[in-house]
Amino acid sequence: MTVHRGPVPTADDGEPRFSTWTGKARGWALRRLPPDKLLPEDQPSYVSSWIYVFGMGAVAAFAYILGSGAVLALNGPTWFHASAFGRFINSTHLWSVELFFMFMVIHLWGKFWMAAWRGGRVLTWITGMLAFVVSIVTAFTGYLLQTNFDSQWIAFQAKDALNAVGVGAWFNVADLGQILMWHITLLPLAVAAIVALHVVLVRMHGVVPPLEAAASDAQLRSTAPNPATESEDTK
Amino acid sequence: MSKSLASTSWRARNDIASRPWPGTTREYDLFKELVVGLVVVGLLVLGLSAVFSSPDEPTVTLKSWAVADPADFVATATTELGGTSGTAGYGPPYNSTPDATQKFGPIDLQSLSGVRLPIDTANDFVIGPLQTLPTPPAAIDEWTKASDAQHTAWTTAYGDALSKAPDNDPAKVPSGDYGPVPALTGALLAMAQQGTLDPVLSAKGSFYNADYKASILFLGDGSYFPGLADAQHLTGDQWGMMNETGNYPGQSWLWLFSALYQLEPFKSSPSADVLVVFSMVILTLLLTLVPFIPGLRSLPRRIPLHRLIWRDYYKHR
Repeated sequence: MTVHRGPVPTADDGEPRFSTWTGKARGWALRRLPPDKLLPEDQPSYVSSWIYVFGMGAVAAFAYILGSGAVLALNGPTWFHASAFGRFINSTHLWSVELFFMFMVIHLWGKFWMAAWRGGRVLTWITGMLAFVVSIVTAFTGYLLQTNFDSQWIAFQAKDALNAVGVGAWFNVADLGQILMWHITLLPLAVAAIVALHVVLVRMHGVVPPLEAAASDAQLRSTAPNPATESEDTK
Repeated sequence: MSKSLASTSWRARNDIASRPWPGTTREYDLFKELVVGLVVVGLLVLGLSAVFSSPDEPTVTLKSWAVADPADFVATATTELGGTSGTAGYGPPYNSTPDATQKFGPIDLQSLSGVRLPIDTANDFVIGPLQTLPTPPAAIDEWTKASDAQHTAWTTAYGDALSKAPDNDPAKVPSGDYGPVPALTGALLAMAQQGTLDPVLSAKGSFYNADYKASILFLGDGSYFPGLADAQHLTGDQWGMMNETGNYPGQSWLWLFSALYQLEPFKSSPSADVLVVFSMVILTLLLTLVPFIPGLRSLPRRIPLHRLIWRDYYKHR
């Protein structure tokens, strides 16, 4: 008797059979990222280092950035000058950003030294870098929104680099209205979308194994036989 | 058993890095890690905020500048009238001053954008605001009827006289052929000191305004505003891009961007900004595409910091 796993009918080869675009999309998603990979209850034994906490640390800091940023945005960019509570919320926004970047940079360099792009994980690396770059632009627009001396000076200085590459007219750092829209809508959405894609890719491909892991390792020998052959590209 | 070098290739293939891990596992709770992360980071954020707060240096205004350093204000207004200020000679996107753009070899992106935010410093920063006064100075008529050559002669003479006057004080300038320039700059100074220039300069007579480029550029053309930034260690040669007012961390993640401005050939190049931006784009692309670059992608194998990260795994192989 063939046991059907999952809610959909399957073909003789065990693959789910879908006839609609929606069903095919669901089937593709389930094949690429089944629930036990999306929300795992275990990880390979090598996932045992402090370096692994910084990715999650960056995600946690990002949550506080979004929360404090929403309060600041709802009250307007000049609120924190006049309100003690506003100043405190502004402080939480600043420090969560500082922690976010600290965690993200440690995470990035950790992954670099792990050569974490190995084994088809190149898009995970690229989305991580993209998240870093877009976060830098987002933070920059936040500094322009402080409506204080610092934002005045940054606007005066930063225009030169933007004008020199021909984008200063469209990305006018002295235009508070324009920069506000970039900072509280487009850029946070971009960071959130890229980070979400990055996390999904991590779950899809799993955490990269140690660089020198070999089939003869005890951690591999103690379970099912591993047929992996390590044809190497040592360039 | 021959030991081959570990691969740092990005390609998925039939090796351990490319296949689902078939070896030993450990318990892992994703949601628990997320909650613990939120609690720990939340405590850090609240603690740092409670102890250190955040910087908020008040803005400098045209009024505060005119009151604190009237001589610098008048000297700057004179350069705006004469078209010799930094903004007047900037080039695109503010004006079309010849040979003012930054270039990367033959590439002139600054010119490609065109004059999309036009600024005529004499009219936008001086004459226009003075015309909004209930009684505009009569000197405006004399200025508008004179030729460009006459404008240049008056502003050059007055600028020179200001630079030679004791304390650059406009009141101590000897008499000379300055035309209406002293009256215009004096009226603008009075307007600024009363606080009426600030709203007029940016809003241009309208009620609403969100674009402060005129005020920022006028402030930046003087010496007072950059002097305040210099005192706060915010200028480019002070690594100011990654600094913050007071003793707070700034955008430290811009350290490399800031560092390039301290090095030759960028430091002394008239096209420093475009050279630094291009360099940063190239370096960022290199890091983003490092998995595809032979040699660079092998660095983790050549400098084996991964043995620290996975020391438990390697210890129990």
